[in-house]
Amino acid sequence: MTAPLLTVRGVKTFYGNIMALKGVDLDVNEGEIVTLIGANGAGKSTLMMTTFGNPRAREGSIVFDGRDITHMPTHEIAKLRIAQSPEGRRIFSRMSVLENLQMGATVAGADNFTDDLARVGKLFPLLEKRMHQRGGTLSGGEQQMLAIARALMGRPRLLLLDEPSLGLAPMLAKQIFRAIRELNERDRLTVFLVEQNAFHALKLAHRGYVIVNGEITLAGSGRELLERPEVRAAYLEGGRR
Amino acid sequence: MNIQASGTNRRISLPLAAALKDAIFSALIAFGLFVFLIGLHTDQGPTGALVVTTRLPQLAMLVGAVFAGSLARALIFGREPIGLGRGLPPWLMRIAQHAGRLAGPALLVFALLVPVLFYHNRYLLDLGILVLTYVMLGWGLNIVVGLAGLLDLGYVAFYAVGAYSYALLAQNFGLSFWICLPLAGILAAFWGVLLGFPVLRLRGDYLAIVTLAFGEIIRLVLLNWQSFTGGPNGIASIPRPSFFGLPFNDEEGGFAATFGLEFSPTHRIVFLFYLILALALVTNWVAKRMRRLPVGRAWEAMREDEIACRSLGINTTNTKLTAFAMGAMFGGFAGAFFATRQGFISPESFAFGESALVLAIVVLGGMGSQIGVAVAALAMLGGFELYREFEHYRMLVFGFAMVTIMIWRPRGLVATREPSLYLATHKPAVSPVKQGLK
Ligand SMILES: Nc1ncnc2c1ncn2[C@@H]1O[C@H](COP(=O)(O)OP(=O)(O)O)[C@@H](O)[C@H]1O
Ligand SMILES: [Mg+2]
Repeated sequence: MTAPLLTVRGVKTFYGNIMALKGVDLDVNEGEIVTLIGANGAGKSTLMMTTFGNPRAREGSIVFDGRDITHMPTHEIAKLRIAQSPEGRRIFSRMSVLENLQMGATVAGADNFTDDLARVGKLFPLLEKRMHQRGGTLSGGEQQMLAIARALMGRPRLLLLDEPSLGLAPMLAKQIFRAIRELNERDRLTVFLVEQNAFHALKLAHRGYVIVNGEITLAGSGRELLERPEVRAAYLEGGRR
Repeated sequence: MNIQASGTNRRISLPLAAALKDAIFSALIAFGLFVFLIGLHTDQGPTGALVVTTRLPQLAMLVGAVFAGSLARALIFGREPIGLGRGLPPWLMRIAQHAGRLAGPALLVFALLVPVLFYHNRYLLDLGILVLTYVMLGWGLNIVVGLAGLLDLGYVAFYAVGAYSYALLAQNFGLSFWICLPLAGILAAFWGVLLGFPVLRLRGDYLAIVTLAFGEIIRLVLLNWQSFTGGPNGIASIPRPSFFGLPFNDEEGGFAATFGLEFSPTHRIVFLFYLILALALVTNWVAKRMRRLPVGRAWEAMREDEIACRSLGINTTNTKLTAFAMGAMFGGFAGAFFATRQGFISPESFAFGESALVLAIVVLGGMGSQIGVAVAALAMLGGFELYREFEHYRMLVFGFAMVTIMIWRPRGLVATREPSLYLATHKPAVSPVKQGLK
């Protein structure tokens, strides 16, 4: 097997004196959907942001496609074609949907803009109708779609998604998960998915990790993890249909 | 949330807690604006030293008025701007919208005609030049504050750098205005970058405080570096502008003689008027143009969310520095113009009050809106002049006018932002209209 696209080794991240990640190891292979599940405050978002160098890992290493990105500035990391839909979505609320997508295309350049616009429009038809609406006036679900679409406009090789289903009605959440699967199966897009909605995430993912208090406690294929009693007890209570 | 329908328009009022929050926020902004414009007042004392007098009751009244008014409007109207056209029949609205879009060109035509219409009114011409100077400063600062979202309270520093650059270069090296102008802009831009570096990591209030200090430092240096800047005495007999080499005098080879006109001092005033109009229009054109370029788009995106910008591959360091540099450059141009127009400059002209005034113009105009800034500059400076006779009440009337605007339109006269990009196939039949002009 070839080397993983993303390799995280022994990463420790601090907020002041508080250690939020206590030596995390994790791999994401090309073409995979990998999910990271864990309770609130476990360090999921921190790991995602550490990959982007904000905050920076104090120890350990993060390697993307053979390049050590542990100490790279955030915008340089983005130029390697890692994109994210961050926690809280962070769309540009006073700018139109179209302008948000244009900002997303920063690293991809202007040449592919029209094609890519059509592509994300097909993926999220809801957005296509709202191209000239201000981002801040979209509904929560539409904002999430916009955050993902904006990330896709950069033609990423690795897409990081932080709780894309958070706060969405089950129907919309399903639609988002379907879009993620489509991107992975059709375009072979590699996805690293952070979720609290463990049931859907594990069903969707090829592999999963469980994070507790800044440490990875379990790893395995999505199906394996779904069957594990400790996972069921901790994350699927009520999450089962 | 409490939604009431009234007529054909929905009005959305806020719950009390949110309304209180809005009102407190407006009152804080009012305090920040008025504390320098009205609350503190400097005078020459009996010994010639500066004395600071306070006008706290007036300040409290104004801030109180903003609070009460904002609370009332939030409870009644919510956050919606109160448009004049509310409740009008649709056809009238449409006419108003078209009129709104014509406001810019109409203002421009009026500005072009001012020297023709008021050729014999020296006072109005001077006022026009003053207003245009502030329009240009407003447009320049708008790049930093309105587009890039960096709260800069020291903008006057770049105005000063431009003015002193021109004065010193012209006096010491005998360079002409047209050579000094770009140099003044470049020097100011350089100082903009110098200011930019230390404040890269700062945001909001911290940024405001450091930029304020920067403005004061520049002024104090100008005041104390006697041998270079002339200190408090300033620099006098700065060369006046020439008409591309032809001086405005009554001698052979002067402007009037060359064009076979009878000499009149008004020629120079009219020239200055068109000069600052041209400079202001260039500022406007560049700012508008920038919005369509990647760097300008990055400014706006950075104003919205800096972290998101970085993870989309935007170098926010460069983005901020270019914003500071670009804004400072136009401040520098305006400063060079100021120096050549006055013929005399001293540090007094570059006190904090100037920064506050320009910032007020940008904020009241609706941050980021070009036409809003122009209207705000006209209203504020015109307003100042109108009430000149009532020296004592001037500031109060002016203050109340600002209070009214803050309540009426808490986000400035022209609060809506025009997107910089449309899809050809999706261009809406009626493009979003600037609400301020409804
Ligand atoms: N900006 C921050 N400053 C200080 N502590 C933080 C910050 N962000 C997160 N934390 C702490 O780090 C831990 C992990 O948080 P986070 O990564 O957001 O968890 P998750 O995304 O899994 O809910 C939590 O204890 C949280 O309180
Ligand atoms: Mg999180």
